[in-house]
Amino acid sequence: MAAPHIEVRGVTMAYGRNVVQRDLGFTVGRGDIFVIMGGSGCGKSTLLKHMIGLNRPAAGHILIDGIDLHSATPQELLTLQRSWGITYQRGGLFSDLTLAENVAVPLEQYTDLDDAEIRDIAAYKLALVGLAGFEAYYPSNISGGMQKRAALARAIALDPTLLFFDEPSAGLDPLSSLRLDQLIREISESLGATVVIVTHELASIFSIATNSVFLDAATKTQLDVGPPRQLARSSRHAVVREFLARGELSAGAPVSERSHPS
Amino acid sequence: MTLLTGCWRGEATLPSVTELRTQFEAARSEQWRFSAGDSFEWDSRLLTRLLPIARYCETEQIELDLSALPPAVARLLGLALAVAPAASAAPPRRTLVDRYRAFWRNLFSGTHASVAFVGECTLAFGRFLRGGANTRGIDILWFIQQCGPQALPIVALISVLVGMILAYLGSVQLRQFGAEVYVADLVTIGMVREMAALMTAVIMAGRTGAAYAAQLGAMQANEEIDAITTLGISPIEYLVLPRMLALILVMPLLYLFSVALGLGGGALVAAGLDVNLLQFINSAREAVDLTDIGTGLFKSLAFAVVIAAAGCHAGLLSGRSSSAVGQATTRAVVHAIVYLVVVDAGLNILYNELGI
Ligand SMILES: Nc1ncnc2c1ncn2[C@@H]1O[C@H](COP(=O)(O)OP(=O)(O)OP(=O)(O)O)[C@@H](O)[C@H]1O
Ligand SMILES: [Mg+2]
Repeated sequence: MAAPHIEVRGVTMAYGRNVVQRDLGFTVGRGDIFVIMGGSGCGKSTLLKHMIGLNRPAAGHILIDGIDLHSATPQELLTLQRSWGITYQRGGLFSDLTLAENVAVPLEQYTDLDDAEIRDIAAYKLALVGLAGFEAYYPSNISGGMQKRAALARAIALDPTLLFFDEPSAGLDPLSSLRLDQLIREISESLGATVVIVTHELASIFSIATNSVFLDAATKTQLDVGPPRQLARSSRHAVVREFLARGELSAGAPVSERSHPS
Repeated sequence: MTLLTGCWRGEATLPSVTELRTQFEAARSEQWRFSAGDSFEWDSRLLTRLLPIARYCETEQIELDLSALPPAVARLLGLALAVAPAASAAPPRRTLVDRYRAFWRNLFSGTHASVAFVGECTLAFGRFLRGGANTRGIDILWFIQQCGPQALPIVALISVLVGMILAYLGSVQLRQFGAEVYVADLVTIGMVREMAALMTAVIMAGRTGAAYAAQLGAMQANEEIDAITTLGISPIEYLVLPRMLALILVMPLLYLFSVALGLGGGALVAAGLDVNLLQFINSAREAVDLTDIGTGLFKSLAFAVVIAAAGCHAGLLSGRSSSAVGQATTRAVVHAIVYLVVVDAGLNILYNELGI
């Protein structure tokens, strides 16, 4: 097997003395669509912030492309960050720039393309997330779901090879959410990008994820790692199976596949 | 048919959409077909060319054939075309005439809104006095803590320095007549009737007025004010009143504090002019009476209302973006300082007419 894209080794995350999760350990392979699951407040966003280097683990190491994020030189970090695309749970759009300008920011920062080319790329990326025609709008003048999608357009502006999405489909209608899933899978396939995604949407977990980790709020550690279908069927933990069972049901799987007799 | 060869990615120079279109139009083909040639590489740059062409083909009902390209290209294009461009999505652009009109409209509606705002605050204050307002006492205490004790160091520093400046300024003139003793009178009258109230007000406009505007502006951006309004709670009672009352309660105290320290600063300078402390205190006591202190206290009350109103009003009217919050803060401080000086001038004229 090729070297993993991301390695999380014995990581403990804490805010001050308040430990959020401890002893996390898993790897994300190149080209994987890796889902971080778990109940609300269990530390998914926190884990994502650790993986992009915004927060420092209280213990353990996080390696991306074999480089430890917290002992990397600024130069190494910059090279890594150039190939990342990130969306935040609250959007994180620059509120005083139009959508097209928002998408243009990473392009202006990291490429030598001229303005017309950058405008074309921004228009294409916005069309990809279903926002064609909204180039000149400001974030405050569009809906919450549209802001989410615009943030995603900005994240994929540079055709990154590593993407981090925090609940990209929260607040979207089922159709937009389906198209978003298709888009994520397409990006991952066509560009061979690795995607790390926090989501609660069981339908999208089953349709796009190739691997996943389940964080538990009660025990404050990861309960299981593996492809979601496999976890749904044969996780050692009832919590994980239950979490995923409702998805299997709503996705129309036969009732007999459920782990507990009814 | 167009054969795509080489590099269609990264920062390569690509033929423009128009060039590609003329190629097809020159060939008069019914079907526009792209195929991948030697060492063909692509990324989003390719799609920026294909997207306008695909849209054009849709409207002109030309068949576009991408089957000879990597399948992901067609799938990505499909996603980009899945939602038709928003037709009426004309950007809210403004012409010069619009701006000119908006300027005057804003000027009038702005003045109107300010007056209405002060009116609303007064009504809310009336309800508060009758005990029927949604104003929490704990909030008032919190804001008193914020704008009172925490402002003491900076008020102290400025007051001492202003007292010293007044003393120096006076001593240069007074020395010519050998009347250095009157330096105490000068500092006392200057601080009590004017400088203490004005300087604390300027400090508080920059410190507290700006903070009020930023707090309320951020709450506006975060939809907190919407939440408060839809809970049936008046933002004026819940947010503005505690801030304003806190400032109204604190400003007179800061004024007295500032007077005391200003006199201290003056006494320091006076000591250098051989006016000893006892002499200084005696002439200071004779220089002003309670009426003078009353005029200063009244000024500080008026200034408190002006600062809190300017800050809160700017915050409530703030837009929802981060730069709008910045503009609201700027507006709060600028308005507060302009109104401070205007109100100060007005009060001085009034005092003069009344002979106090
Ligand atoms: N900035 C912070 N300071 C202190 N504690 C925090 C901070 N952010 C989050 N926490 C705590 O860390 C825990 C995990 O928060 P996190 O935002 O990672 O949850 P989450 O799994 O993303 O939840 P959700 O699905 O609701 O977004 C929470 O219990 C929260 O109280
Ligand atoms: Mg979260």
